[in-house]
Amino acid sequence: MSNPRYSVGIDLGTTHCVLSYLDLHSPEEQALPTVLAIPQLIEPGVIEARQQLASFVYLPHAVEIAEGSSTLPWTAKAEYLLGDVARFLGAKTPIRLVSSAKSWLGHKGMDSRQPILPSEAPEDVERISPFTASAAYLQHLTAAWNFQFPEHPLQDQQVTITVPASFDPAAREMTIDAARSASLAHASLLEEPQAALYSWIESNHANWRELVKVGDVILVVDIGGGTSDFSLIAVTEEQGNLQLTRVAVGDHILLGGDNMDLALAYTVKAKIETQIGKRLEGWQLQSLTHACRSAKESLFNQPELQQIPIVIAGRGSSLIGGSLRSELTREELTRVLVEGFLPQVDVSEVAISRPRSGLRSTGLDYAQDVAITRHLAGFLSRQASAARDLPGFTDGNHASFLQPSCVLFNGGVLKASILAQRLLTQLNLWLNTAGAEPARLLAGTDLDLAVARGASYFGYVRQGKGVRIKGGLAAAYYVGVETAMPAVPGLAPEIEALCIAPMGLEEGSQIELPNEEFGLIIGEPVKFRFFGSKTRRDDSAGMRLEYWNDDELEELDEIEISLPESGYQAGEVIPVHLSVLASEVGTLELQAISRRDGQRWKIEFDARLAELI
Amino acid sequence: MNNLTIDLALQPSVLDAWHVALGATAAIAILLTLIFMLAWLAARSRAKHVAQPQIKVVEKVVEVEKIVEVSKPAVAPEPIILKEASSDAALQLLAILQKEARFLDFIQEDMTAYSDADIGAAARIVHQGCTKAIQEHFVVEPVSTLTEGAPIVLQDGFDAAAYRLIGNISGSAPFNGTLVHRGWRIAQVKLPQLTQTHDAHIIAAAEVEL
Repeated sequence: MSNPRYSVGIDLGTTHCVLSYLDLHSPEEQALPTVLAIPQLIEPGVIEARQQLASFVYLPHAVEIAEGSSTLPWTAKAEYLLGDVARFLGAKTPIRLVSSAKSWLGHKGMDSRQPILPSEAPEDVERISPFTASAAYLQHLTAAWNFQFPEHPLQDQQVTITVPASFDPAAREMTIDAARSASLAHASLLEEPQAALYSWIESNHANWRELVKVGDVILVVDIGGGTSDFSLIAVTEEQGNLQLTRVAVGDHILLGGDNMDLALAYTVKAKIETQIGKRLEGWQLQSLTHACRSAKESLFNQPELQQIPIVIAGRGSSLIGGSLRSELTREELTRVLVEGFLPQVDVSEVAISRPRSGLRSTGLDYAQDVAITRHLAGFLSRQASAARDLPGFTDGNHASFLQPSCVLFNGGVLKASILAQRLLTQLNLWLNTAGAEPARLLAGTDLDLAVARGASYFGYVRQGKGVRIKGGLAAAYYVGVETAMPAVPGLAPEIEALCIAPMGLEEGSQIELPNEEFGLIIGEPVKFRFFGSKTRRDDSAGMRLEYWNDDELEELDEIEISLPESGYQAGEVIPVHLSVLASEVGTLELQAISRRDGQRWKIEFDARLAELI
Repeated sequence: MNNLTIDLALQPSVLDAWHVALGATAAIAILLTLIFMLAWLAARSRAKHVAQPQIKVVEKVVEVEKIVEVSKPAVAPEPIILKEASSDAALQLLAILQKEARFLDFIQEDMTAYSDADIGAAARIVHQGCTKAIQEHFVVEPVSTLTEGAPIVLQDGFDAAAYRLIGNISGSAPFNGTLVHRGWRIAQVKLPQLTQTHDAHIIAAAEVEL
């Protein structure tokens, strides 16, 4: 990859993927990100190029798809049915539909390389892993690119893949591995809210420097189909130039536009069921969700309308006779979406979280509290002092929450101006109560395509052109070590959290912890408890925490060191110390280094994976 | 219009008269447009069948002329070749309209027994779906960007396929008239591609639930 021609940005989304590219050979002022039209099957035998590739895989029965009807421009038989065809077939056969693979990558307590999807599939369906699904989307995008640019294969271009800012090291590494399995060995990662901000910078050209000033804190709110993501980016100054520094990221919240459509559908469903006196079937709910989505869009776009009739067509060929009718009113829309998902809350409120019932099935960890405003309030309160240490920033006269001065919206949900307005009003209400200036809205990006466009622009920035958002590691990381205390019968030994990587550790930097020595036994895998913190910004590598609050440290999946027997005797004890590298591509690499001969072993993020090999 | 009002009085419903009228008008408008489109497609595919024997006739004429050629050289008339419409594209459009708008279901259904309110409800599905299908697959623009009712001047050599003169056609260009209908032009067609084995005659597969 000595001289790539294009910078390619891939938004590997929960519900859609978008690929955008930019010609690195064109002068900066002419370099415009272009979104690739991705050829995909839209139903068996029918191919169309669309700007978005639906992130769904359909696993057909052997007799289901006619021979030759899964042809794509670049292959006679596609390995997986993905894109719109999957959504089309899956709408009627949900048990064979793989969806939200990305949320599973970021899901703790579940091995994303295990064939677990679709989770509702019957025994005879050969399931695939969330990792395989993600790799399949990337493979499709690679093939589509190589088909259009045979002279410039994607593996030789500068590729940036976006991930939620809240992705933990394991999920980031999984994404890079998926890229590798699609032959994209040089891909690097970029956080989605940062990509959205790059897109804003790109669409405002040099003018962006007039729109923000030193001391501004930009709140990026990204509400997509399946997830909500918050980030804070501060505007600082270095040698007279404006600089951008990402100072905080939020938690991974599985809550988005799909939840909203479903909430509307259940509202109308209740009305219809009272009306007809029987329960709706699954396919009717599906069709109702679809109808509610378009009714919602009409009500949002035409403020003069008070209600939209909703019709569920029958499945048979009788359209008029088989239909059920109801309507979605503006009052319901406001009550369910605005008051339900964006209620006015106090900034001191925190999202409600009940302990899960014991018999929880192994599903995704969907947000329990649907109030996005409450999640946002909690985020701003936790990050009250996020910008404190930056030059030119103060503690905001000891405010109880971080007071952003600018807001950038992203994600399809916020295209609805009623919702965007509500969120801005709520934020300004908090600011007003605290005596701060109202936040300014940074506008001018395409909320569906900004992440991919910004990611392709990032390739330009990596070449040293334009401003680069700094920030380093989004969280501090810790391993659990047992304390040297007399054992108490019946109690698990107390653990301390040893900080191995401080928050903000910059890409390319490496940390060694020579003072922390562990004895590892050859041939016996050793597991460590692993923690992350998005708020403890003062801990340095090597620090041991004896005590911490529950909301400060989040326990991640265990990490594991497995020492092979090559060159050693089984059972031999080797003293090692740890080394941590924040890699250039955006992942965290942990290694154990032998004190005896300097040999290095990789530490796996996914303990279950190592067990299986 | 009277009948419509009576119907409403007999059948109270969530739709008011204006919406029913709107729905019905929309339904009729869509129907007319689509029936016209289909008639046109059908005519073109019929033209295809007619064209075949015609070409054969032309071949025969050529043979006759070969004989004549010996005694008296003559200029052969250009054989007439009519453009053949691909039936695949017509079938594809039907399939798209069925998928998005339940179009064939609607057209094939006997609507005599249903109330205007029921038909209006179904028309909504058809209208929404047709709008989506047309917007996705065609770039539609008016032939003339002038307001309907405005005066318009057509210069000599105007495109007679794009502008049709009606009424008192006499005299010579420039023609001063009034724009009655803006006309529609398809600036771009974006029909999906089909795989080799795809049977376009299946507009909608029969569905069997297990």
